[in-house]
Amino acid sequence: MNANLILFIILAGVAVGSALAMLFSRNAIYAALFLILNFVAVALFYVILDAPFIAISQVTVYAGAIMVLFLFVIMLLGAEQTGRTPARWWYQPVSLFLGVVLLIETAIIIFSQTGNLPAPVDVPDTFGTPLAIGQELFTNYLLPFEATSILLLTALVGAIVLTRGDKK
Amino acid sequence: MLPVAYYIGLSAILFTIGALGVLIRRNPIVIFMSVELMLNSANLAFIAFARAFGEQNGQIFVFFVMTVAAAEVAVGLALIVTIFRSKRSIDIDQMNSLKG
Repeated sequence: MNANLILFIILAGVAVGSALAMLFSRNAIYAALFLILNFVAVALFYVILDAPFIAISQVTVYAGAIMVLFLFVIMLLGAEQTGRTPARWWYQPVSLFLGVVLLIETAIIIFSQTGNLPAPVDVPDTFGTPLAIGQELFTNYLLPFEATSILLLTALVGAIVLTRGDKK
Repeated sequence: MLPVAYYIGLSAILFTIGALGVLIRRNPIVIFMSVELMLNSANLAFIAFARAFGEQNGQIFVFFVMTVAAAEVAVGLALIVTIFRSKRSIDIDQMNSLKG
């Protein structure tokens, strides 16, 4: 077993464990904190996969900004414990069954297509650096990048309009 | 780099956990977080394939997915706050009417 595989197993354990802990924690605050742990583990995977810029974006945007927003709303609404009303009795077994079916399906597909997956190629040292990503983003992908700004502006205006409340 | 199938398998497991979170949990904010987990697992698959093919386009796409996720969270949480204001509760079982 080489070092890469050991690192992968440890990080995958942290990622899957924190995701499961998020799924089963009763308190929404703990769920949010476990999700932050999961995002950080995935960011470390991005570093391993030669995507340093995306890894930093992941930590700042997801683990930072988005999760702060989540924690803020949970505490604002006092929603730590909501959603404990018992659902219909067949809800959880059926959901678990569907989840297992989805997992088996993907496992079958992955194992049957292993030969078709690409063998990893060697990449230059500049792969995924902010310089390389920036050059790509501002030349080939300039139009989608500008469309993104309009999307963010729309979301901004939408959030303000929705939470503004009734006019006096 | 390890074979790309490892990362795709991990991505599939994380996606399934996210889907289970959407189905099982009754707290809308936790359901929202599960959706974020699913988006994130898709991002992991993108990055793994980008590395395996030696193409940066996958990383660019992840960048756009992150932007869309940020916009979605802003609007979604605003919706949850608005629903809480009008109904005094955000229990998912009570959001069964379209009346304000």
